[in-house]
Amino acid sequence: MWAAAAELDKELDVSVNLAPATPLAKLTVGQSARVREIRMPSATHGHGEQLVLRLLEIGFVPEEVIRVMAVGPGGSEPLAVRVGGTMFALRRHEAEHVLVDVLDPNS
Amino acid sequence: MTAATSTVDAPRRVALLGNPNCGKTALFNLLTGSRQKVANYAGVTVERKEGRVLSPAGHSYRVLDLPGAYSLNADSADEAVTRDVLLGRLEDEDRPELLVCVTDATNLRLNLRLVLEVRQLGIPMVLALNMSDLAARRGIKVDTEKLSKLLGVPVVNTVGVQRNGAEALLATLDQMDLAALAERAPAWETPSLEDVTRTHRRVRRILAEVLDAPDTDSRYDEKIDRVIMHPVFGLLILAVVLLLMFQAVFSWAAVPMGVIEAGTGWLGEWVSGLMSDGPLRSLLVDGIIAGVGSVLIFLPQIVILFAFILALEDSGYLPRAAFLLDRFMGKVGLSGRSFIPLLSSFACAIPGIMATRVISNSRDRLTTIMIAPLMTCSARLPVYALLIGAFIPQQTVAGLFNLQGLVLFGLYVFGIVSAMFVAWVMQRLGGSLAHHPLMMELPTWRLPNLRNLLLGLYERVKIFMRRVGGIILAMMIVLWALSTYPAAPIGATGPAIDYSYAGMIGHFIQPLFAPLGFSWEICVALVPGMAAREVAVGALATVYAVSGGADEAAELGSLVAQQWSLATALALMVWYVFAPQCLPTLAVIKRETQTWRYPLLAAGYLFGMAWFAAMVTYQLAVALGAG
Repeated sequence: MWAAAAELDKELDVSVNLAPATPLAKLTVGQSARVREIRMPSATHGHGEQLVLRLLEIGFVPEEVIRVMAVGPGGSEPLAVRVGGTMFALRRHEAEHVLVDVLDPNS
Repeated sequence: MTAATSTVDAPRRVALLGNPNCGKTALFNLLTGSRQKVANYAGVTVERKEGRVLSPAGHSYRVLDLPGAYSLNADSADEAVTRDVLLGRLEDEDRPELLVCVTDATNLRLNLRLVLEVRQLGIPMVLALNMSDLAARRGIKVDTEKLSKLLGVPVVNTVGVQRNGAEALLATLDQMDLAALAERAPAWETPSLEDVTRTHRRVRRILAEVLDAPDTDSRYDEKIDRVIMHPVFGLLILAVVLLLMFQAVFSWAAVPMGVIEAGTGWLGEWVSGLMSDGPLRSLLVDGIIAGVGSVLIFLPQIVILFAFILALEDSGYLPRAAFLLDRFMGKVGLSGRSFIPLLSSFACAIPGIMATRVISNSRDRLTTIMIAPLMTCSARLPVYALLIGAFIPQQTVAGLFNLQGLVLFGLYVFGIVSAMFVAWVMQRLGGSLAHHPLMMELPTWRLPNLRNLLLGLYERVKIFMRRVGGIILAMMIVLWALSTYPAAPIGATGPAIDYSYAGMIGHFIQPLFAPLGFSWEICVALVPGMAAREVAVGALATVYAVSGGADEAAELGSLVAQQWSLATALALMVWYVFAPQCLPTLAVIKRETQTWRYPLLAAGYLFGMAWFAAMVTYQLAVALGAG
């Protein structure tokens, strides 16, 4: 899994993914995905760049593989997401900044 | 201190820095043992922990345990302190001469990013791969030599929960050259999104070279989490855990509480026997010993509750409980992060309010502080016990529940529901019910470490005892004076307290409490009861001139059962759900919010709700024939 890391810089520039990205909040429990990008918050949220920066800092960076481990009672939030060996609880409005490509469980 | 003046003998200032949950505090405890000083950073209410350690080679160190942080780009009061200490921006706080970056060796991915960020500050540092025993057991191999070369800093393995787990760290610290740091200015600016992404890429590249880890390090955790965080089973387990916890608090504490009660009684009698009757004896026995004893008696319950809370926190359960309850808390505009402070408040609102420091959103934190006094703390129990015992018959409801127990449970629920209502109103007025941050780490499951548990308990007990010794003692003396002077005139027929200032205040405020069905005796007891809720029971005994002794409570119970109506008793119970009759709580709100505004606001709204709810209760009960 780490072996590909050195190639990352080159890869990021050339790979163009045409399929539409999925917001992290749309994933179901047990689904894995690869982070495509972190979207800047829309103005109405008011927590601005700080939230996006923190998401990046805790590991939601492009190309990282993440997995939804659990969803809170009620079935919509919070989401427990494993990223880079750590599990974080995120609310829906936090998770929606993370855009991912869903990974096929068989691949 | 400059490099030139620092000698071998002067203690070196070392700071421990790391992500939350990296085992940093365990390592700090291991290094410094009980030689710790816990205080606050100047001007902010973030806990400052410092301890001393002497290395085997004879160097002495002053070790500062910085608050856990994910980044220098601070998101909470705690993280801001860590940043400011490192940048030398905090007054009265020297920049550390040496940094120990503590990382969780099982989770270097997340931890190394902070290390790379901090390394830019130019403070000499050592990288500690903590929990290296756990990493080894999971088959995670780190090439420390290579890592050290890539980072340009010494790398050592540490085990925070093992007796000699910090030996290598101390040996490395001894070899660090301090002359190099001199007065290099800290250079740091808020990183851009690109900077963060770039740092992550560097972490990945470094780890690709030094890390050999199996891909399945989370297999045990996943199995546990599938049950614990299950929407249905998870909540059921949480309910059982909380039930067991409260059960333990009440049943296990009974014996030590009896001992403390007997002990203060014995001490009072012993002092009484030594001294002749007079104001000094009265002050010592009735004021100080009885007063402080009445608060000290809650120590066992507080210790037991905190033992549970600390163990659950250490194991990783509490963040998961917060996860489960997040949506429920979200309905009133709070987040799961408020759960742990509110849970602590069931023992005592004081540590609960102090625990709100982990809430990064300042508005959420304030709301949590304001509703913490509504959680039924153990100080209310003597009052509830007296009233329930006297007025609620021992009978079985629905063939299963004890009516007295149900009433007590109802009072707990009433407090919680009211707290949720107040939170909802506060967050509404603040204009935001949506988009409150949660973003909380759910750390890996761990066995709680006994040594850390005991140190944590010791700290809580020390805080509580300091309050008892300080503010509570002072207030007991004031209230004793109010209840004793002026003395009853010769030939007086009523109880002495009736003639005192407390008695006068009680009579004066009685018309205000008439719609609540409170007699003047109750009003008089409420005055000394301002210091702490449970004092009201002793004050009632004084008002009714019940002779002291072992049967005091039972005797008082039968007496009030004759004198008061059921409506009055119910109204008084409801009064105690709300009334902020605890000056230490108000004092701690002042300290945590740094302004008088919020303790005054809390006192105002709580008294208002207490009066209104008790009035409605009394009038309803009278209308239903319980007058």
